[in-house]
Amino acid sequence: MSIKLGRGLTYALVGVMALLIAVPVAWVLFASLKTKGEFYGSPWALPEGLHLRNYVDAFVTARMGRYFLTSVVVTLFGLLLVLAVAVPAAYVVARYEFRGKAVVETLLMAGLFINVNYIVVPIFLMLVDWDRALVGVLPDGFFIDNPGVLSLVYAATSIPFTIYLLTAYFRTIPKDYEEAASLDGASRFRVMTKVMLPMARPAVTTVILFNFLAYWNDFIIALTLLPGDGKTLQVGLLNLMTAQKAAADYGRLYAGMVIVIVPVLIVYALIQRRLIEGMAAGGVKG
Amino acid sequence: MTTLSPPPAAPATAPSAGRTPEKRPKRKPGDGLFVALCLVPALVLFALFMIWPTVNVFRMSLFTWSGFSPNMRFVGLDNFTKLFDDPQFIRAFQNTIALLVVVTIVTMGAGLFLAAIMTRQNLRGRNVYRFVLYIPNVLSVVVIAAIFSALYDQENGLINGTLRAMSLDGLQVVWLGDQKVVLWSVAIAMVWQSLGYYMVLYMSSMASIPEELYEASSLDGASASRQFFDITMPLIWQNLRTTLTFFVMSAVNLSFVLVRAMTGGGPDGSSEVLLSYMYKQAYTNSSYGYGMAIGVVIFAFSFLVSLLVSRATRREPLQF
Repeated sequence: MSIKLGRGLTYALVGVMALLIAVPVAWVLFASLKTKGEFYGSPWALPEGLHLRNYVDAFVTARMGRYFLTSVVVTLFGLLLVLAVAVPAAYVVARYEFRGKAVVETLLMAGLFINVNYIVVPIFLMLVDWDRALVGVLPDGFFIDNPGVLSLVYAATSIPFTIYLLTAYFRTIPKDYEEAASLDGASRFRVMTKVMLPMARPAVTTVILFNFLAYWNDFIIALTLLPGDGKTLQVGLLNLMTAQKAAADYGRLYAGMVIVIVPVLIVYALIQRRLIEGMAAGGVKG
Repeated sequence: MTTLSPPPAAPATAPSAGRTPEKRPKRKPGDGLFVALCLVPALVLFALFMIWPTVNVFRMSLFTWSGFSPNMRFVGLDNFTKLFDDPQFIRAFQNTIALLVVVTIVTMGAGLFLAAIMTRQNLRGRNVYRFVLYIPNVLSVVVIAAIFSALYDQENGLINGTLRAMSLDGLQVVWLGDQKVVLWSVAIAMVWQSLGYYMVLYMSSMASIPEELYEASSLDGASASRQFFDITMPLIWQNLRTTLTFFVMSAVNLSFVLVRAMTGGGPDGSSEVLLSYMYKQAYTNSSYGYGMAIGVVIFAFSFLVSLLVSRATRREPLQF
């Protein structure tokens, strides 16, 4: 009897927890379809119809469509960059002996503890400085307001975490495969790209996932490095929040939130098992 | 900034010079070039965008500098002594500590408790719960700030709107506009964001505890809470310790990004935290040197707290 009661209580408790998370998210989804007048009624009323005007407003007038594209490009390019530089570095750290290896490893470990939020100001000032030095060649500036540079900063600041995870995985792969391949005459580069990289796919997927979330969800770096018109989605949403406080335009804000939430939820639903396994396997969030 | 940091390969050579050649048995000619080609791009980026800016935080904290003018004046530790007479800084520090203590205790406690009951009782639909509880962790902080702004909205928000619909107008709270309440509103959002993550983490480490341990202690008549404190807790202690240490650092950051997006530190500085105050000094006030001194304090503070937590929770590791 008491076991049954305990089980019932557990279900109730966990159910309440899940509702506390699901209800606010669902509420935003529904609210994004409401007309201006409906916001002043009961907050629990369902929208009377599919009022898609808010979405048009958000996409076109508030330029969320354009910001969406910027975010996609910046995220993809950042992922490409970080893989291009971190995979070879992690492989070499895992497999080769070289002078100064201990120092390189220590520095990268220390890098795990440096959070980007601490160093955005000096990064910004450094880029401003570079722009000023180049003012003769490029009067409009190059480094600030450049989505490519934003990708580069994303990639650079996720290098310690990425190398850490990949190195740990490379070390678990037996060396026999590489030795066989190099006996067959494969170059070092071919061994790395054709033998080791395919075998490290689970780790590479995990790294892509975590970095995708980090780049896509960031707003502090994007806010600082892209002060002009070409914003990312998160900064666009932040602007909508500020605008709403002044003009009480709820519909547009909620539609903007849905535009930001939905892609992440889709990716999450597709890969949630991998994400949670990857986290348990030692991805410590910094 | 004409001198960039030297490529790390140069200073990196010295300390390992004493290594005996036997330790690297399979060095073939050409290895060196391959290693360099693979390593240099990553290390250059890392040095340029992480090491050098970090060095700069410390260096700039010793100067007064109002931004883009070339006038940088060396003032030694003046910026730091000024900090202690700055009531806004002290308030931001207190807010940060309050948030850390409250959010850590609630998140860790509730996370452990929920993970324990979900692991011990074989609940149906566990994957669905897990899916939902982890959602806040994939949402961006801006989205979370927007969601909570919508919930907290004074007139038409979900909370106050519901209270009004139930004719409980007297219970309505000005969630983000009241100096006494705003910090707790931020704390609730922080717990909402991180609880699921730690729950899932603890669930996976509890799942690896062998079932026999619980069966044996049940036969001895141990209660569920007894089992939790005598079996579960000791066996996941190392994991708990690591997450606690990291939680301190991520909570310092989360409090900042949330405050930046949700309250902007207001009303009147009552929800200001250390990092948001640093930004305000750097960008709004153009006191870069002073801002970076705050940055140094944050570095030292979170390092110290992590160290203390890690020291205080040290136990002999248990095996099962």
